[in-house]
Amino acid sequence: MYQFSGKLKMLAIALMILGALGTAYNFMSAPKTLEEAKEILAKQDAHHGGGHDVADSHGEEKAHAEEAKTEAHAEVEKHSEEAKTEEHAADSTATHAEEVKEELHADVDTDSAHVKDTHKEEATAHVVETKDAHADAAHAEEHEAHAEHAFHQMQNRPWAAFFVALLFFLGVTLLVLAFYAIQRVAQAGWSVVLFRVMEAITANMHYVSVIMLLFLIATAMHMNHLFPWMGEGVVDPTSPNYDAIIDGKKWYLNTPGWLMRSIFYLLVWNAYRFFIRRDSIKQDNGDLKLHKRNYNISVIFLFLFMITESMMSWDWIMGIDPHWFSTLFGWYVLATFLVSALTTIAFVTIYLRSKGALPFVNDSHIHDLAKYMFGFSVFWTYLWFAQFMLIWYADMPEETTYYLLRFNEYKLPFLAMVGMNFIFPVLLLINSDFKSIPWFVVIGGVVILLGHYVDLFVMIMPGTVGAQWGFGIGEVSGILFFLGLFIYATFSAFAKADPIAKGNPFLQESETYHYYNIEHRGEDSNHH
Amino acid sequence: MSTNKVIHALYNDDDILMDAVKKVKADHYHIEEIFCPFPVHGLDKAMGLAPTRLAITAFMYGITGLSVAIWLTWYTMIADWPQDIGGKPNFSWATNMPAFVPIMFELTVFFAAHLMVITFYMRSKIWPFKKAENPDPRTTDDHFLMEIPVDGNEDELKALLESTGAVEINVVEKH
Repeated sequence: MYQFSGKLKMLAIALMILGALGTAYNFMSAPKTLEEAKEILAKQDAHHGGGHDVADSHGEEKAHAEEAKTEAHAEVEKHSEEAKTEEHAADSTATHAEEVKEELHADVDTDSAHVKDTHKEEATAHVVETKDAHADAAHAEEHEAHAEHAFHQMQNRPWAAFFVALLFFLGVTLLVLAFYAIQRVAQAGWSVVLFRVMEAITANMHYVSVIMLLFLIATAMHMNHLFPWMGEGVVDPTSPNYDAIIDGKKWYLNTPGWLMRSIFYLLVWNAYRFFIRRDSIKQDNGDLKLHKRNYNISVIFLFLFMITESMMSWDWIMGIDPHWFSTLFGWYVLATFLVSALTTIAFVTIYLRSKGALPFVNDSHIHDLAKYMFGFSVFWTYLWFAQFMLIWYADMPEETTYYLLRFNEYKLPFLAMVGMNFIFPVLLLINSDFKSIPWFVVIGGVVILLGHYVDLFVMIMPGTVGAQWGFGIGEVSGILFFLGLFIYATFSAFAKADPIAKGNPFLQESETYHYYNIEHRGEDSNHH
Repeated sequence: MSTNKVIHALYNDDDILMDAVKKVKADHYHIEEIFCPFPVHGLDKAMGLAPTRLAITAFMYGITGLSVAIWLTWYTMIADWPQDIGGKPNFSWATNMPAFVPIMFELTVFFAAHLMVITFYMRSKIWPFKKAENPDPRTTDDHFLMEIPVDGNEDELKALLESTGAVEINVVEKH
């Protein structure tokens, strides 16, 4: 039996306390009033302007262009396609002609010099316009609206930071559970020695589900503004907040329905986890009837999982941008969590093996996990690109805003993610020998996990905090809290059961599992 | 070697063959060749053959294919005749890059796969009208054949092979 070491327990608790304190601090430091938000905005503008002046040669135009930009921002966040063009025109300089965003301009010409001219003209025109508008009272009003919008985003930030971390760990735990169910249904011969590791990781499910439930209730009670369709008056034609598009979707996007669906997902996942864990431990007596029952409930779970996972991604992630939709979004979210889940399994396995708790896990098992990490990294990229490229290619305004916002405001995480989730792991793990070397897998895995956190970050943040995003105490604290919870749940669950699922009929096959290509390092080489 | 004599030892089971190979190697005989009707897992390791480098060549061919695709799309779409086709941005290769990814992917796979296969044919010396080098037609059906060059110790070697469970041992003059 494995002993949950005091040191690790201390670490887990310390992480949770640190995370909770940081999250609490983040909630307290969010602006409470519009005035506070305005002050922050003023500071940001000063900082922003200063930075730009150095880089920009159009000194004279700059001041006005900056204003126009600020104005454009307010509109951008209302997902207005037009605003994007405007903003672009406003700060377009000669160098900008080279940028991808330029595709938006309907008047694109192959002669790039001409393009530059056109843009300059547009920019100047706009600047003049802005100058005129400046005198208007209307502009002041718009400014006020912008400040209020930014204020909501700043208030959203601690919630969003917590939500990203919560959803990440919930998703990873869920996909470990799904992978485990797949192994049972596929009657996989190699992975039986890893069953208790996967079961232990899914012990996290109950904890994160409770937190998710509290979060869902808080959201439904309007304690945050993460989901715009929940806002006051959006489906009321007499309200100034009326949104006809959301009104058309209210048969699906309504708070009671959303809450009931969400609770149903959590119930299904937790119920499967509860039954499979109980029966898996019972099966240690070698009862084959139990094995068949576990098979059957896993089949049922996988069916329900595919439905609940897709709908979960619509309800909890796509609902943040209710004007936008994508048909492959559910699979895309699935791929993100699946890679992370496999990496997590590999990490916990490598750690426990290094502590001597998994005597039957050999390099071939690690190799297989790494192969899955490699394969599903490519799968994630495929779906990411399929979603991006179809939208980029057709360039329909109501779809493109989604990526435009990400490309303009989140360029670094948006692009870094592709390197972290695709190029790095693929180049590192393409070598068969590297896949069986634990520290290589750990290096690849750390980048994969960070990359998929960033992926979720870029899914959630633009719709909730928009341009007011950052990666600070709140975001880090969220991760730390759930990491501590994860460590606590996983290792205390692993210590509670036999580390080998000894009643499984495929156990012998798994113990002697060997991938023929691997040269053994200090392992018994007699099994072929 | 003064003579061109080889011994052909025939086996009818792959497990027996594996044990025989280990025994022959343990006695420091050089195995010239083994003919099997199907792949025997672990045989290459037992014979002490060096691992294949075919995967490395495939990786390099893939990079070649990717480079060709990048060059092709850049030259035809950006450098040579940058037309406005449906408003796609042709200012630089990077601005229109997503549209080129499908062809980049396909050419990478195409180069990697085909050139690797051709490399395999060349390294294995296989081509359409090649004369088959089969010492015994039974090795394509249900027998395994181990070929060991004779080097003055014929009887000793024969006795060793006999003890490994060979069903037939022939001494053959090779041309």
